[in-house]
Amino acid sequence: MAASHTPTPATVAKKSAGAENAPERMTGAQAIVRSLEELGTDIVFGLPGGAILPLYDPLFSSTKLRHVLVRHEQGSGHAATGYAQVTGKVGVCIATSGPGATNLVTPLADANLDSVPMVAITGQVGRSLLGTDAFQEADIRGVTMPITKHNFMVTDPNDIARTLMEAFHLALTGRPGPVLVDIPKDIQNAEFDFVWPPKMDLPGYKPVTTPHSRQITQAVQMIAEAERPCLYIGGGVIKADANQELLEFAEYTGIPVVTTLMALGAFPESHRLHMGMPGMHGAVPAVGAMQRSDLLIAIGARFDDRVTGNLDEFAPDAKVIHADIDPAEIGKIREAAVPIVGDAREVLSALLRTYRSSKNLTPPEISEWVDYLTDLKERFPRGYDKQSDGMMSPQFVIETLSQAAGPDAIYVAGVGQHQMWAAQFVDFEKPRTWLNSGGLGTMGYSVPAAMGAKAGLPDAEVWAIDGDGCFQMTNQELTTAAVEGFPIKVALINNGNLGMVRQWQTLFYGGRYSNTKLREQDEYVPDFVTLSEALGCVAFRVTREEDVLPTIQKAREINDRPVVIDFIVGEDAQVWPMVAAGASNSDIEYARGLRPFFEGDESAGESPADIHEVLEDAQGETVEEVLEDRAEKKEN
Amino acid sequence: MANTDIVRNTLSVLVQDVDGIISRVAGMFTRRGYNLVSIVSAHTDTPGISRITIVVDANELVIEQVTKQLNKIIPVLKVVRLEEESTIARAIMLVKVNADNTNRPQVVDAANIFRARVVDVAQESVVIEATGTPGKLRALLEVLEPFGIRELIQSGQIALNRGPKTMAPSK
Repeated sequence: MAASHTPTPATVAKKSAGAENAPERMTGAQAIVRSLEELGTDIVFGLPGGAILPLYDPLFSSTKLRHVLVRHEQGSGHAATGYAQVTGKVGVCIATSGPGATNLVTPLADANLDSVPMVAITGQVGRSLLGTDAFQEADIRGVTMPITKHNFMVTDPNDIARTLMEAFHLALTGRPGPVLVDIPKDIQNAEFDFVWPPKMDLPGYKPVTTPHSRQITQAVQMIAEAERPCLYIGGGVIKADANQELLEFAEYTGIPVVTTLMALGAFPESHRLHMGMPGMHGAVPAVGAMQRSDLLIAIGARFDDRVTGNLDEFAPDAKVIHADIDPAEIGKIREAAVPIVGDAREVLSALLRTYRSSKNLTPPEISEWVDYLTDLKERFPRGYDKQSDGMMSPQFVIETLSQAAGPDAIYVAGVGQHQMWAAQFVDFEKPRTWLNSGGLGTMGYSVPAAMGAKAGLPDAEVWAIDGDGCFQMTNQELTTAAVEGFPIKVALINNGNLGMVRQWQTLFYGGRYSNTKLREQDEYVPDFVTLSEALGCVAFRVTREEDVLPTIQKAREINDRPVVIDFIVGEDAQVWPMVAAGASNSDIEYARGLRPFFEGDESAGESPADIHEVLEDAQGETVEEVLEDRAEKKEN
Repeated sequence: MANTDIVRNTLSVLVQDVDGIISRVAGMFTRRGYNLVSIVSAHTDTPGISRITIVVDANELVIEQVTKQLNKIIPVLKVVRLEEESTIARAIMLVKVNADNTNRPQVVDAANIFRARVVDVAQESVVIEATGTPGKLRALLEVLEPFGIRELIQSGQIALNRGPKTMAPSK
């Protein structure tokens, strides 16, 4: 399922370099289409409008470039992201000027925070109208400057080919990211002599991919001496296709691995060294592996606040080896003892090579440490409670889906409780099978991103796991999926609430549910079954656990249309474990009121049996008892 | 541990002279909450390349981030931190001071001591042009203050290294 190696702008440039064609007379619009074709793009997601109209004419006659007509520009942006995430290629979206372009702002910011290679092409009013507040004029370059890796405005048709090649190169290389190219209408209409390939001119852009050998040697030395090392793996490992190198390095050294929300699938979850996902809703062994570690080996990760919790108390005893392709990430949040600038794959293979070839360094002796974490893993497995009101548990639905669809399917989540449950209860074994909006937390990401993923890998089974709040933001793209032939499947985790916000209101606002209720529990408004049918899908509603698996199986057999399953689940289900915002990771609660590491530093010496006792005590309590407990404590 | 004292830093930044470059640089400071003191940009003798001098108040950790974030801006070619002791830094100041027939010679004397020049004379005022380090300009102002300052304008700082070393664009 991993992306095969696809043509990068550099290889494309090389390939065609020998066969430089004579200049061809064409319009700017034709040049855009030709450049995209030459750059290896086969699909674009977009929606036309006045200022991009010239481009849509040659697009109509292109045989190499498929255009997918979305229903909202935001959908085109997330679709491009989904496409890029599963294929490793650049995702391309197109919008007109003004509102079309501003509708791309959210997906651009999303791709920027999750380092997704994406190119957005926007129409702009003609140059004679620029700056006059013309109809549908918006300074999209100014607007997107802070949320793109780079952006361009093309002011000469002769620059079209070069600019697009540079945009692709910037999007895909170094730390990937979104690039926007704004093209005024008169430039699209202008006739000129098109030449391919163009020469890129980016003197200020030289990403370092090969790590420095001195730092690698230092790192290996440190690893060999570590007593409680932990591989802290981020999304960069997936972007660099470094999962094989990671597996080899982890197995050679025997070092436990935690994979962040962006890195799920970078390391097989069934592996004995995998300790789970760290962070606010991470697994106890993963959080323990970081908090108790004496050496964090961070690869392609950026110490996000959702991972570290209170920074002053994060992994207090750990030295840090920090490898990232973006030098600005190193030392930004946490001081690094050994900074390594480089591509994750090159870093991991250099570490392993150096380790193996060194005569006096053996893998660290850490069996006690691994035993300790393995014990945590056994004592604090993922789990969930039955709903007290008899409704279905959302975790049950997701767990069942994972078992049915398996590790080859692609899972695309929205944002909120369902996203965290999906991260916890889907078993990820392979890279590029988990898509979500990690950095920006964009509600509405799921449906369009799933569509883009399906467009990138038509033979893959693609499941959007969405919440009912998210679903109501972007479900119009189901029509796109139906009309354009992208039979995705949607597991709608419908609890009638903005669940994650509600959970915080339960925990931190005394149960005052201000504006999080989307519908009455006994009313299905909207009726997602008839809505989805109206949008061109097959749809089912499931309210009982025994119907979950059969309905999923039914959905898996439908491949001519998108399928939506409306799973009606309880509104009181919560995401656990949890580290409250701003709290120390050591205060992680496995279930409400149950803190495995709560004794602070002393609990390092606490025997697992003691912890187990605490666990059993707490498990005796019902949610209501815990609630009452809390209320009493508050009153006192 | 890195030094956490906030000190004044001067950065020399070579950039491609493309439109929007000042927005990109200044926007990065705003967005990331860095404390920009002054920013001066002008063409260099190499066509297509501008040099921006940035003065920023920051501690060691922050200035390192500023440097890295500047380097991430695609049209930025090179960023150099100028060390205070080996740097020549200058700003220009124009100051309009009250001066009539009774005290004009005193004002002109004061200007001369600071090697400042009188560039405009009117019945009730003179305009003095001075260049120098921020310290020198401050000292001049203190001397002029008693005469009555009508208007004051200062440029941001420009700066370069002492000695033969240059900041050639890295090609």
